[in-house]
Amino acid sequence: MKLKALALASCMAALTAPVAAEGLKVGMITTLSGGGAGLGIDVRDGFMLAVSQADRKDIEVVIEDDQRKPDIAVQLADKMIQSEKVDVLTGIIWSNLAMAVVPAAVAQGKFYLSPNAGPSVLAGKGCNPNYFNVAWQNDNLHEAGGAYANTADYKNSFILAPNYPAGQDALTGYKRMYEGELAGELFTKLGQTDYASEIAQIRASGADSVYFFLPGGMGISFLKQYADSGLDIPVVGPAFSFDQGILQAVGDAALGVVNTSQWNKDIDNATNAQFVKTFQEAYGRLPSLYASQGFDTANLLMSAMDVADVSDADAFRTALQAADFDSTRGDFKFGSNNHPVQDIYVREVIKEGDIFTNKIIGTALSDHADVYAADCKF
Amino acid sequence: MSMILLAEQVLNGLQLGVMLFVMAAGLTLVFGVMGLINLAHGSLFMIGAFAAAAVAGATGSFLLALIAALSAAAAVGALVEVVVIRRLYDRDHLDQVLATFALILIFSEGTRWIFGSFPLFLNIPPYLAGPVTLPGGIEYPLYRLTLITIGLSIAAALFWLINRTRLGIQIRAGENDREMIAALGVDISKLYTIVFALGAALAGLAGALVGAIQSVQVGMGEPVLILAFVVIVIGGIGSIKGALIAAILVGLTDTLGGVLLPALFKQFMEASAATSIGSSLASMAIYILMAVVLIWRPTGLFGARA
Amino acid sequence: MTQMTRETLFNLAMMAGLILFPLWAWIADEPFMITLATKAVILALAGVGLNLALGLGGLVSLGHAAFFGLGGYAMGILASHAQSYSPILETPFVIEGTKSMPVIWLTAIISSGLAALAIGALSLRTSGVYFIMITLAFGQMLYFFAISWPAYGGEDGLSIYVRNGFPGLNTLDPIQFYGICFTVLTIVLILCARLAKSPFGLALNAARQTAERVETVGISPYKLRLVAFTLSGMITGLAGALFADLNRFVSPTMFSWQTSGEIMVFIIIGGVARLFGPVVGAVIFIALEHLLGGLSDYWHIYLGILLLLIVLFARGGVIGTLAGKENAHD
Repeated sequence: MKLKALALASCMAALTAPVAAEGLKVGMITTLSGGGAGLGIDVRDGFMLAVSQADRKDIEVVIEDDQRKPDIAVQLADKMIQSEKVDVLTGIIWSNLAMAVVPAAVAQGKFYLSPNAGPSVLAGKGCNPNYFNVAWQNDNLHEAGGAYANTADYKNSFILAPNYPAGQDALTGYKRMYEGELAGELFTKLGQTDYASEIAQIRASGADSVYFFLPGGMGISFLKQYADSGLDIPVVGPAFSFDQGILQAVGDAALGVVNTSQWNKDIDNATNAQFVKTFQEAYGRLPSLYASQGFDTANLLMSAMDVADVSDADAFRTALQAADFDSTRGDFKFGSNNHPVQDIYVREVIKEGDIFTNKIIGTALSDHADVYAADCKF
Repeated sequence: MSMILLAEQVLNGLQLGVMLFVMAAGLTLVFGVMGLINLAHGSLFMIGAFAAAAVAGATGSFLLALIAALSAAAAVGALVEVVVIRRLYDRDHLDQVLATFALILIFSEGTRWIFGSFPLFLNIPPYLAGPVTLPGGIEYPLYRLTLITIGLSIAAALFWLINRTRLGIQIRAGENDREMIAALGVDISKLYTIVFALGAALAGLAGALVGAIQSVQVGMGEPVLILAFVVIVIGGIGSIKGALIAAILVGLTDTLGGVLLPALFKQFMEASAATSIGSSLASMAIYILMAVVLIWRPTGLFGARA
Repeated sequence: MTQMTRETLFNLAMMAGLILFPLWAWIADEPFMITLATKAVILALAGVGLNLALGLGGLVSLGHAAFFGLGGYAMGILASHAQSYSPILETPFVIEGTKSMPVIWLTAIISSGLAALAIGALSLRTSGVYFIMITLAFGQMLYFFAISWPAYGGEDGLSIYVRNGFPGLNTLDPIQFYGICFTVLTIVLILCARLAKSPFGLALNAARQTAERVETVGISPYKLRLVAFTLSGMITGLAGALFADLNRFVSPTMFSWQTSGEIMVFIIIGGVARLFGPVVGAVIFIALEHLLGGLSDYWHIYLGILLLLIVLFARGGVIGTLAGKENAHD
């Protein structure tokens, strides 16, 4: 009851507070320092590229570094809401940070547009009309992995992920779609760097395929060690271990590996071609999927600004739900829980000149939504 | 579980252990001789890996990369010793903790400033790539066997250095009585710089060797640092022999714990839950080992009795 | 008392600052400044807890994150059950969750006190660096346990949507919550000052300097230290509960060794064994973090350089430098 009272009170406050009708202030909380900084920098650069291309005077972006620490993220959110008086929050990369920030922010009547994390709670029971996910629900790419395993006729998969909620969700997502048997299921230590022991177990298990979710440095380590182990069982993973930022660090070990993603630089539409070209010009590197998500987030936001003023929360929400913008992914729309309904592709790692990158080889799931939408009652 | 799998896991544990030893040897020497807690030892590990990746990228030679890692880490180590560390020897442990914690911040972000925020590429050289077949039909990566060999050779070299050379005598004397060896005319500040640079070089080498099969990224040093501290404490501070035994013990516990504990829980519970609980326990295993050893022997396995 | 005047004066100025700054922020309508001040006060409280073991007892614990985290999870678990109206325990008897701060604090103090008693009893068999590392080991065990234990969110942690209540106050108002935290800190500081002068505090201090001396008068240094370590854990646990309430969120990061390190850093910056050492340290650290954060993506470099300069040139911490060397730790 208290929660409802608070939500009401803050909505009232938002309505009565003097809001400058002509502008919109965005607070971006993202990871810009430490080991995970590459992802945050990509999201920020993609977002700011879209903003600068639109060349509008009515949008102001405040950017802060959360250092990948949940308590810092919460305090930054307080700062953005209390001091900076932002209208919209965005930028968080990690699920645990999103879980710390999003529920409180939307309860205070702010909009939150997620450019990366999509924990299941926020898609289901904990969903909120002011929370929009522009990337994916966490399970999506793993479900695509399971669906791909069926089409590739894998019968006996070995699956592994770190022992934390997103890892457990990942394997659940894979198993939701996958129809074959499991040769083994492993939870590794979060931040683990040596996978010799896991690879030995894969070798002994008689599996016909391996599915792994090991984001960031963990994936680099796994792929390098897997390639060196002499095992030739096909490996499949989500795009997080194959994004543009880390592929160069994996090198030949990733060549030919199949992975699932909602975006790739060769998706054939004008927006995407333009995005890839201008991103390279602006930052001197190829964009990653994180950059595309940041870019789409900014464009979604600006498309809503064209239709409605943020001070009219209902109209602005409706404008966001319409998702009337040119996405780098081509078709993009929101499901009933404000999470994407989109195609998920199968990609393969190739080498273009000296650069490792991905190319789309098929579609794993079309117009895919998440399973949690049924639990979401606004 | 088949014997082959078990044998392979023992080799994996051994490999992890000897690399931890190379990392921990410098830490334990610096602690034993200078009485210094150096949290920035992990940064030297990272510097070695980054130097190796940069040189391997430019020249394509893995050997040159290793040399670069050794010299870069030794140079940075000597520099840091002269500029900062030597002001800390007569301070208490707390000041050392804070100062070397500050060094971690400077090194991590400095590395990111120079090399960017994305992981670097460093790979195994072609002549060490791929698996070999061992007696008993075990397929084992050649590179990991090389790591075991290098680690054990370094251990042997260190034992020789400590027990058979003039420098070793000075180091051992320094561990026992600092004032005495200064009184005997040994240039103590030079000795300290050499010991620190030697420890740094070993950490840098470990970083380069391990970096080839891992991700070369900012922050890679901290998890290893914690493990190295676990090793030197279990072994007994200042003891090279203790560090070697403890490193192998920690390597085996970590590797075998991750395999055996989930298997053990599967005997009497449902598979998914067993994997989850087994993995949780396995990630705590080395800390449980350390606590048990210290409760049993409060100064580690080979530490000087208080 | 006279030789303490400069430090006492400094402490009083610090207290005045901790009252005036939030009042200014309140009048100037800068709620985030109040939030920052609240964070500093809570972290100072955690530091005051550690300082009892570290400064007075000479017990360098790198595992106080364990108690900080336990306090946080005491809040998280009780409040999340109250939030979802599901009892924590149904058999053999029913335990309901709660959103009342006093009850949560009591639970946090008791659970972290029990943990400190158990960890202390085992760890105090060792000393010096071994003690540092065994406390670290216990902290790490809890950290990995919290990450992989799914019942309360694992690495995602637990979100509590509304701050817990305190009878007669609106805790959602930043200045009122600050008032609560500041009052708790003041009470704990007064208790610690009295404790240091009590027979127990004097014996503990003596045991730190020469353990034999207290043994010869028939006091066991082990028991003294264990009591100090337990009290220390209780205070840090209380700080953890408040910190969780500040963020309305708990996560395993509260258990990480970096948290232990940070709490220790506050004490070293301020001055070891000084009553106000952790307070000064926490205020400086939070201020630096806030002021440097906006400078560049690489602001950790500046933070590192500043910390380094403090260690190298401000011996005895900031209080030691400003208030003179008298009564400094040895």
